[in-house]
Amino acid sequence: MAEPPLRPRRRFRQPSVIPGFGLTFGYALTVLSLIVLLPLAALVLRASKLGFSGIWEVATDPRVASALKVSFGVSLLAALTASVFGFIVAWVLTRYTFPGRKIVDAVVDLPFALPTAVAGIALAALYAPNGLVGEQLAKLGIEAAYTPLGIFIAMVFIGLPFAVRTVQPLIVEIDKEIEEASATLGAGRLHTLVHVVLPPLIPAVLTGFALAFARGVGEYGSIIFIAGNLPYVSEIAPLLIVIKLSEYDYGGACAIATIMLGISFLTLLAINLIQAWSRRRFGYV
Amino acid sequence: MSSASAVVPPIKSPPIQSDRAASVVTEGRIVRWLLIGVAIVFLALFLVLPLVTVFVQAFAKGWAAYLAAFTEADARSAVRLTLITAAIAVPFNLVFGVAAAWAIAKFEFRGKNLLVTLIDLPFSVSPVVSGLIYVLVFGAQGLLGPWLIAQDVQIIFAIPGIVLATIFVTFPFVARQLIPLMQEQGTAEEEAALTLGASGWHAFRTVTLPNIRWGLLYSVLLCNARAMGEFGAVSVVSGHIRGLTNTLPLHVEILYNEYNFVAAFAVASLLAGLALVTLVVKSLLEWRYADDIAAGARRH
Repeated sequence: MAEPPLRPRRRFRQPSVIPGFGLTFGYALTVLSLIVLLPLAALVLRASKLGFSGIWEVATDPRVASALKVSFGVSLLAALTASVFGFIVAWVLTRYTFPGRKIVDAVVDLPFALPTAVAGIALAALYAPNGLVGEQLAKLGIEAAYTPLGIFIAMVFIGLPFAVRTVQPLIVEIDKEIEEASATLGAGRLHTLVHVVLPPLIPAVLTGFALAFARGVGEYGSIIFIAGNLPYVSEIAPLLIVIKLSEYDYGGACAIATIMLGISFLTLLAINLIQAWSRRRFGYV
Repeated sequence: MSSASAVVPPIKSPPIQSDRAASVVTEGRIVRWLLIGVAIVFLALFLVLPLVTVFVQAFAKGWAAYLAAFTEADARSAVRLTLITAAIAVPFNLVFGVAAAWAIAKFEFRGKNLLVTLIDLPFSVSPVVSGLIYVLVFGAQGLLGPWLIAQDVQIIFAIPGIVLATIFVTFPFVARQLIPLMQEQGTAEEEAALTLGASGWHAFRTVTLPNIRWGLLYSVLLCNARAMGEFGAVSVVSGHIRGLTNTLPLHVEILYNEYNFVAAFAVASLLAGLALVTLVVKSLLEWRYADDIAAGARRH
């Protein structure tokens, strides 16, 4: 047999003395396939039956198009707002000391822990015309509940932790010597911030923005109570999926779901590209 | 995801602090307090106020009205179903997470990155879509629908569907916490145990498990909070049959839509309480065992 010995890179797995690879890998792959991959494949299968033209037909239906526009448009604005305030929160929590800082830090994760339906009814009660905040806004002539503004508020709520938690670790890592060097060379504080401190943080801010955006587009529970769900005005795409399903319009539901899934994969791709770019440009993710 | 707060730097020693106003690496005093003010007001308005509202509304008509919400049979069955769901979904994902982390962190194989990405997939799928995909498989018009009807097995609009949807949305929690942690810990300690004659299972139980226990507890805590609070995915597969397929979040929705606000917020306060306990325990774990929970300082 002139067969050369196996070259390492052609091998599926590097040899190891640790046991249990077959068992744990097999189990993990089986469970992953049954719980995640096969059901998602069912969606792809169903959507492929509709074909591109079928999906396009659903997407251009005025009510669906308007719901998609609301979901993506409002989520974009909400993610932008969450990024700006999230950055301020992250900066304050890492760079300054003040009483209660640790508690404030813990509070940031509240939207992760609070069930979305609970957040939803609380926001609706607060921003309703007779609610604590809604009443004040009404005096200013602003309607929040049952309008896109209400959707915006819910999306900011749900997106904020993503914006804070992606930027915060990088602010911790900033090397203060660089800031000192900048100051020694005569730069004012603002100049140092804009030209030295902020640029390396941009990828993290963009990643946080993308995560908040993706979460906002798919969000359901915290939005439906405050949104009022008026077709063409404050109806979001996930709700339309639920409505189509309750009408047994599986095809319509699948078409909207496929569009949303496609967008979230594009967002994920964008995040990966940002991180790859960041690794090249700044040497870290 | 949320391990970031674990890496807040220690408070500086007093001399530096007293000299801060003159320091070149921070902003002026006024700007500092202005930014702190903006951050706190924003968080108070957007995050804390909704939480407080839940309890204020729940007790709006006093204790008796609050407690009345829980004497209802439907409320009790909702509590029971939520507990059952979490009791199946959390251990399931725990076993999966440990198995996946063992395979991924302790071995080198091709396609590892793809596997990690696929495990993370449920986090990027809308909750409603998470429910929808199970309807497409198990629903009456679904792929397996006719066969299931012939076997007289009901999954959608029944408890199995609720459990499956909950497993899906909480799928990555344990695995994504453990993989980087176990990768950082390496394989040297297990190899030593094996060399000394321990069996694989023995090495896992006495070497690996103690190393990952805080990270494990942390991820189970977050997994449980999501499992008990999931709304969108469960809503799609549940069918909203009162007393039968209503979990706590769904019960909140029904009460709210019936304008039974006190009862809705009373039940919601139970879930908000769970969220508060989760946050407190999570923060305590982060403060005490930061290094044992997450790998490194920079993990997203």
